[in-house]
Amino acid sequence: MTNTFSLAAINFDWRPILPLLIVGCGAIIVLLSGVKVDDRDSEGLGWLSLLTIVIAFAASLVLPGSQQVTFAGALVADDYTAFFYLTILFAAAIIVLMSLDYVADEALPGAEYYSLVLFATAGMMLMAAAGDLIIIFVGLETMSISVYILAGLARSNVRSNEASLKYFLLGAFSTGFLLYGIALVYGATGTIKLHALSTLATGAPTPMLLMGVGLLLIGFGFKVAAVPFHMWTPDVYEGAPTSITAFMAVGVKLAAFAAFLRVFLVHLLGVQTDWSMVLWVLAVLTMTTGNVVALMQNNLKRMLAYSAIAHAGYILVAMTAGSSVAGAAVLYYLLGYAFTNLGAFAVIIALSRRGRAHELISDLRGLGTREPALAASMAVLLFSLTGVPPLAGFVGKFSVFSAALNAGYVWLVVIAVINSVISAYYYLRPIVAMYADQGGAEVVRMRSRPALIAAIAIAVIATIVIGIYPQPYMTASTDAFTSALGKPPLATTASLRP
Amino acid sequence: MSSYWLTAMVFLPLLGAAFVTLQSDERAAWRSAFIFSLIPLAISFYLFAAFDPHQASYQFVEHYDWIPQFGVSYHMGVDGISLFLLLLTTILISISLLYSGGGDIGFRAREFCFFMLLLETGLLGTLVAVDLFLFYVFWELMLIPMYFLIGIWGHGRKIYAAFKFILYTMLGSLLMLVAILYLVFKARGSLGHLSFDLPDLMAVPLTMTEARWLFAGFALAFAIKVPMWPFHTWLPDAHTEAPTAGSVILAGVMLKMGTYGFLRFAIPLFPDVAVEAAPIFMALAVVGIVFGALVALVQPDLKRLVAYSSVSHLGFVVLGIFALNPQGVEGAVYQMLNHGVSTGSLFLLVGMMYLRRHTREIAEFGGLWHSIPIYAGIFMVVMLSSVGLPGLNGFVGEFLILLGAYLHTWQAAAAAVTGLILGALYLFYAYERVMFGPITKEVNKSLPDLSGREIAVMVPLLALMFFMGFYPRPLLNRMEPSVMALVQRTHAHVARLDSRHPAQAMVAQLTRSAVLK
Repeated sequence: MTNTFSLAAINFDWRPILPLLIVGCGAIIVLLSGVKVDDRDSEGLGWLSLLTIVIAFAASLVLPGSQQVTFAGALVADDYTAFFYLTILFAAAIIVLMSLDYVADEALPGAEYYSLVLFATAGMMLMAAAGDLIIIFVGLETMSISVYILAGLARSNVRSNEASLKYFLLGAFSTGFLLYGIALVYGATGTIKLHALSTLATGAPTPMLLMGVGLLLIGFGFKVAAVPFHMWTPDVYEGAPTSITAFMAVGVKLAAFAAFLRVFLVHLLGVQTDWSMVLWVLAVLTMTTGNVVALMQNNLKRMLAYSAIAHAGYILVAMTAGSSVAGAAVLYYLLGYAFTNLGAFAVIIALSRRGRAHELISDLRGLGTREPALAASMAVLLFSLTGVPPLAGFVGKFSVFSAALNAGYVWLVVIAVINSVISAYYYLRPIVAMYADQGGAEVVRMRSRPALIAAIAIAVIATIVIGIYPQPYMTASTDAFTSALGKPPLATTASLRP
Repeated sequence: MSSYWLTAMVFLPLLGAAFVTLQSDERAAWRSAFIFSLIPLAISFYLFAAFDPHQASYQFVEHYDWIPQFGVSYHMGVDGISLFLLLLTTILISISLLYSGGGDIGFRAREFCFFMLLLETGLLGTLVAVDLFLFYVFWELMLIPMYFLIGIWGHGRKIYAAFKFILYTMLGSLLMLVAILYLVFKARGSLGHLSFDLPDLMAVPLTMTEARWLFAGFALAFAIKVPMWPFHTWLPDAHTEAPTAGSVILAGVMLKMGTYGFLRFAIPLFPDVAVEAAPIFMALAVVGIVFGALVALVQPDLKRLVAYSSVSHLGFVVLGIFALNPQGVEGAVYQMLNHGVSTGSLFLLVGMMYLRRHTREIAEFGGLWHSIPIYAGIFMVVMLSSVGLPGLNGFVGEFLILLGAYLHTWQAAAAAVTGLILGALYLFYAYERVMFGPITKEVNKSLPDLSGREIAVMVPLLALMFFMGFYPRPLLNRMEPSVMALVQRTHAHVARLDSRHPAQAMVAQLTRSAVLK
């Protein structure tokens, strides 16, 4: 295979990476201004990061519709990229909002904290925009290394250190799998470009390609915390500072699924029959393990870690289906999942005070009478996670299940549904604690924490709005995924009806 | 043709719920909740008056797109079956709020009112939804407030009861969701687009195997809700531990959602399977009737006794439904209303007694006739209504059901009659031990009789019992067109199938001639 390389033929359109550049520059500015700022007074840095994110968000808004491949295929600027840019940035903004008090409270080094959050965000966005396997890897590393450090940022906390080290070791290990997978895929097909893969990886795959695809699956499986590659999740989620746990549960997962989905559901469809059965098994294992183990957790963060595993399982259910409907369903699901989880972790932050974490389910006791608004928010979020209509979580599950049923996976959906019933048990336990029990931990008056209130309020309102009026978000998801497939976006959804 | 009555009726309680949380003191919360509950009550009376009794199709229809991508629409309507359940719901919610404000709910009144009104939205929405997605949303929505009502204001093992209630129901309803989705995707083949609209889905051609599985998915959800024997185990716990208002709504309205689901969805969607499975359901219903009555007979706890009597009474309803003839179905709908009124009243009376004595053990009472005659007198009427004394409401429903069951399979009717006898037995036996004889316990001598508020709570229900017993016509003639349409649809469908199976056709012919008789 001969490659003629000519710089002139490469499209250097800067617009697709403009949001990335903004976030990256913002991260450097935050890091440098940290020299002048006392750690205990890091709120300004937080606002600066938020400003960066808002500007990047605005820059991303011009992306949709600019259907193109740039930087010689290294980046793709389609609606799919834009969808994830916007979602990741929104999530990052909420993370910063909920960190403003928390970072000061926990005495975390502010400059490092916010700049790493921004760096990780840039990595996540790169993963979503990646048009070849190496860029995915670069994005993944940018994100992961930042998050390894973030997880261990509470230096005096043993559990935080443990989380960081565990995450780093297992993460590095999984990256190895991913890289090896990329190498084998390259060996088998002679390309790392995704759009080339979709024509080359078809028909009866060679053993080398199969190995490569399998290793890619393991690599992504680690990042999305699919069983049996989930072992790190509970410890890391529990030990990391809560805002970082939220970042891992939402941001990392968004980015990992963005790349996972683009590689498998868009460009490896040619060998779908070879991986869909594996995904079927992974989906069942992931859902069931996540839900069953979550039943026994008394620590909220740990419980949410297992719940996050279970939710990855539901997403895998749709991915098993492998259709374009399924792809759109996953995007919609991720949107609802992101807001719901961000809100839930923000509530856990609201429970902590002056470095003392209150993250046991029993700490929630009586919250319904002491902080009615906070308790009601948590209840709404937990119901959304359970999948109670008309919240975002329900419509997400609904679209995921219907995608799988549409592709004929009836039993898989039945298993998923039974899992949903199991999950109701542990999502209801905190609610019982809040409303039916008395006497838990004292909570800092919410009134003194406007940023945190804003974070929770945004999450709760989004959870309700996305659930009650899902149409615009579904259209956005469908358009995003069809554009990733290289088809023109549907002008209206009316084409689905006669 | 669009009107907004149904939207207003369903969502005004939600507005009320929001309003109640803003009230500063508890008295204001009770008052505003009660007033807000009167609005849907008034609307449902208006619907009753404006309802055209000659029309079988939906009335007061509202139809808009909701999620066009999935073919989900906001489609509401009322027919002769749901009309009365709407009335029952609005009446019982108002009465429960009136009763609970009188001291039964001692703490966190605002939240209680909030959940009651939210529950009303869920219940009314379930009854008016014609789109299956919309139906499912409301169906699940009503679980949440009931869960809180039991979990916060319940007694004893309330958390256990609340969990059992919600997990049981959720299992059923999520499997129903799978069935709904399967049906919708199947329907796309013939419709050309996705649709969750019930009329669209009724026309889907299905193989018999598919139809059986899908029917099973729906039937399980509804059977758990009813609850039919052997899915009834959540009910005694939920009922016993729930606060009085919770029990009233649970027994009075929520259980009807199961039987309503059979009538509205399971049977019209899969008429062939319904006809095929009718003997099984009638058998389970008879088992439920006898089992519920026998267990009620030996309960030492008054509330548990009433709870088990519900299993028995709902068995009658299912029996009538699966007789699949006009008499049986009409009787079933009528009996749904009767049970709501009578059992709701029984739970209220038990609740009043619990407030006075903080016990429900039958052995703790005796001779109450002497100390609280008004209470005893009202209890007598309610009990007679529940037993099915001619002239009171219970008789009409039970008579029609037995007639319908007899026309279908006389053995089923014969077996069910024993349930009637047992029903009289457990209620009279309990009444005798509580009300008659000498006063054995000192505390029972000085019990206060019913307060003005308590009498005000009971009077509308007593009036309904007499009205529905003496003059069932305005109710029956409104439900008749819808019931006839349902029965005809079921049998017409079977007849079409029968042209391929001569032997079955003969049986169906016999059934039909029996129907028309």
